Amino acid sequence: MDFIFSILSDLMHNTIVFSTALIFASLGGLFSERSGVVNIALEGLMVVGAFTSAVVTYFVDTSFGGGALSPWIGFFAAAIVGVLFSLLHALASVTFKADQVVSGVALNFLAAGATVYLVKIIFHGAGQTKTLQNVFTKLSIPYLSDIPYLGKALFTAYPTSYIAFLLVGVAYYVLFKTPFGLQLRSVGEHPRAADTMGINVYKMRYIGVMLSGALAAMGGATIALTTTSNFSHNTISGQGFIALAALIFGKWHPLGAMGAALFFGVAQALNPLVQLFGLTKYIPVDFIYMLPYILTILVLAGLVGKAIAPKSVGKPYETGSR
Amino acid sequence: MNKLVKLFTKESSLIPLMAILLGLLFGALVMIMGGYNPIIAYASLFKKVFGDLYNFGETIRQITPLIFTGLSVAFAFRTGLFNIGAEGQFVMGSLGAVIIGTQLSLPWYIHAPLAILVGALFGGIWGGIAGYLKAKRGVHEVITTIMLNWISLYFSNYIIANYLREPGQQHSEMIKPTASISLLNWLSEAFGYNARLHWGTIIALIAAFIFFIILWKTKQGYELRAVGFNPHASEYAGMNVNRNIINAMFIGGVFAGLGGAVEILGVFNYQTIAAGFPGYGFDGIAVALIGANTPVGVILASILFGSLTYGAPGMKFGAGVPIEVIRVVIASVIFFVAASGIVTYILSLFKRKKKEVL
Repeated sequence: MDFIFSILSDLMHNTIVFSTALIFASLGGLFSERSGVVNIALEGLMVVGAFTSAVVTYFVDTSFGGGALSPWIGFFAAAIVGVLFSLLHALASVTFKADQVVSGVALNFLAAGATVYLVKIIFHGAGQTKTLQNVFTKLSIPYLSDIPYLGKALFTAYPTSYIAFLLVGVAYYVLFKTPFGLQLRSVGEHPRAADTMGINVYKMRYIGVMLSGALAAMGGATIALTTTSNFSHNTISGQGFIALAALIFGKWHPLGAMGAALFFGVAQALNPLVQLFGLTKYIPVDFIYMLPYILTILVLAGLVGKAIAPKSVGKPYETGSR
Repeated sequence: MNKLVKLFTKESSLIPLMAILLGLLFGALVMIMGGYNPIIAYASLFKKVFGDLYNFGETIRQITPLIFTGLSVAFAFRTGLFNIGAEGQFVMGSLGAVIIGTQLSLPWYIHAPLAILVGALFGGIWGGIAGYLKAKRGVHEVITTIMLNWISLYFSNYIIANYLREPGQQHSEMIKPTASISLLNWLSEAFGYNARLHWGTIIALIAAFIFFIILWKTKQGYELRAVGFNPHASEYAGMNVNRNIINAMFIGGVFAGLGGAVEILGVFNYQTIAAGFPGYGFDGIAVALIGANTPVGVILASILFGSLTYGAPGMKFGAGVPIEVIRVVIASVIFFVAASGIVTYILSLFKRKKKEVL
């Protein structure tokens, strides 16, 4: 019994570690898509976030002796750079009415190329940043973390995980309980009506995209600052797309997205367990990797509940157009 | 000559050309900021590509798959669909070719064509799934093709690792010599020439021609383009929009699948268990956009991006520039084509200046 409980506890713990980045990024996608801008650049934004956090953390630590504070500075620097990078997407797809998907593809390319280019310049030709000495360490919540099994599973985690779950609540409140959230959603559903009501459609969409930049970059940063402790070309490999899948699987709702992110996190956390017990004979690892993508297609095909996208997502808005 | 000038100055070709120029300029800017000399860098890129016959042949090898994936994306675009899935269709094409190439023993005149056809079919089916989901279930093809890309990667890894694996290696067995479409042996014996040229390049050019025939010379192609222009009007005119969507994605998938097949049968002879994508499918998006979704445009754009990619190590060698700068150039070219508003804005600045001078 003890054995099973400790496995379950490990599983929950790892699920939270894996899900954290996905929650950040899918919340990012949520703000952008709810405002009517498709954001398949989540992947690129995560790359930018992971890169920025790793580089800033490294230099704050080694040049200024930032110590335990350096990952925090790296984390927030990532958010800022993420916002700046996402402005390109907003500029192209809101101001210049570009195809939002193409613009997103371009940003993914740009992020992948530019970050490795910069890493090679900054670290004198090396393909990855130096290993970070100071990264986030797990935080135990007093008393709660002493609960047998559950304490280790849920209440001993990286600070970023707590922030991610907190942000889910914040996102829910902001989107559904504030005038700002109503405006943001109305711009994504029916921009012309929103415009008539005096809402600045362009401004709201810029805000949506910028929020997505900050959040997705924070998601990328959590991977660099908790899991890999450095940045290389494959630090982010598909998590941005899984986050997009989580957003859709979660039906463009913060709680849904969180649930989907946790579910995809379980799939990832199961992986080492499956290998440990030699279950790969029955469930090939590759199928576990595939799961998030297959589920997303099934959901969209209406086989596992119907997901309805914001009505005007993907459509550029032109003031005065009919 | 006048006609030629007109061809390059009309808006539809001016924007891609400006985008390429701006992309290269942006790349130069990035190099200057990194402390490199962009002129030496671009010159060494050029030298790498055109410097000698071996590298020139290898550049052609690099260009070939881009023609296929570019055609794939362009074909779907013509029907108003965005095929981000060329990558996955390419992988599935490789898988189909490698299965036939390794598992069957046939005379060469059946083996190689069969492997290519099965590869094309695998790619077509993979594209067709996205088309079916779009037509029957209303699922946006961008999302399904992104998801299908990842599924194809893990699926082909699974098949190779469990059924086709060369013992102790991270790749499949070698294809049988009868399935090979490589020209390498013949060329090196006859001329001592070692670039990995293969029949796939010829097939790519034929594919571009077929692309033209289907779209502009057949009833089916007329319908496909009509659906791309206006699905509602097409439906009203009695066309089956859903069937056309499936057909367009299937044919697009066939092009990408062909690319994947010839890459295996002509160049590598085996398929690796890959951690990531080969990237030809994503580059195909850039190729289609720059090539304005026309067959000739796609070939020209493939030559451009193939040369840039193949020449990138030359920049590293000649000017010390990290090769990733080429990804930055390609990304900014896509960006400027997507946001063509930025390009026309810049152009309008020049036009206004001219007026002021007058």
